[in-house]
Amino acid sequence: MSWTEQYDARSCVLLRLGDRRFALAADQVSELVAPSRMFRFAHRTPEIDGVILRRGRVVPVCDVAEKLIGKRLTSRRFYLISTRCPGTTSDWIALPVSGDCELIQADLTPAGPSDSPHVAAWLSHDGEVIEVLNLSALTPGIEPQDCANGNAALPQAQA
Amino acid sequence: MRFESVHKTPAVRTEQIILFRSSNQIFAISSASVQEVRSVDSLAGAAMEINEPGVPKVRHLLRRGERNVYVVSSAAHFGLRPSPAALIFLLRKTRVALLIDGIEKMTTMTRLQALSGAFCHEERVWYRGLTVLDQNVIPVVNPQGFLTEQELLQLDAAAGALIEAEAANAQEMRITS
Repeated sequence: MSWTEQYDARSCVLLRLGDRRFALAADQVSELVAPSRMFRFAHRTPEIDGVILRRGRVVPVCDVAEKLIGKRLTSRRFYLISTRCPGTTSDWIALPVSGDCELIQADLTPAGPSDSPHVAAWLSHDGEVIEVLNLSALTPGIEPQDCANGNAALPQAQA
Repeated sequence: MRFESVHKTPAVRTEQIILFRSSNQIFAISSASVQEVRSVDSLAGAAMEINEPGVPKVRHLLRRGERNVYVVSSAAHFGLRPSPAALIFLLRKTRVALLIDGIEKMTTMTRLQALSGAFCHEERVWYRGLTVLDQNVIPVVNPQGFLTEQELLQLDAAAGALIEAEAANAQEMRITS
């Protein structure tokens, strides 16, 4: 049974994008960091702004605000380092957020067939109904089952 | 009695790379994959113009024995602003010569990180991965990623017609003289 099929209480991280709040399953969140220098290089994935360096790893930055609230964030207060594959570090992605994040316990209601693909579930918090995000649907990239193979094709140079 | 230590620190594997510039961006390439570095001027007379509309990043070819080597503009390949190229890398084990703006330096990398799964377009073919040098992230190019098999076929067809026309032209000139 996937977690979206459960109705029990679960840890989630609330994040703010502009005026709206969204949630991510806590096991998909690694850390919340202050914006650091972004590196840009030629590529063809328009959703990726660039990359940041975090704990020796290169982490792509993906602004999901445009998809979720219809406009890009003008001020980035933090990066929420998340993974599309819980338990792995090979697929970290940095999501710019515009406010503080909060760890909560909440009862989740699974998404219905009419919900957008980026909605994994719903939760209710402080009288507000909040979308729990499905990062795989929201961010570009190879399928999550391929994540574990992210380093498989490394050539000889490796630490 | 002496025991040999069983804990040996594994030797760090390193790779020599060349940092090069294309349209103000820095890329790295394994120095083992570069056979020759030439100035653009030194090849001025040897290059033939080629115009294959399906492969606009190639404008010239070089004849190396019986082989055609295609000159790929790195700026056009990576979708960057055109810039004046000064050097050409002749790449080993490919039929590609790469036009670049200049060499920054030669150095060593000790770690190559695979491109994140979030990058899901041509860049997966362009790059072997990313390396971090002096707190900068540098993409390490894949020497096999500049021309696809399909592009090589297209270029070979265009080059064949070009070389035939040139041979016919040369014969005509011999007859008239």
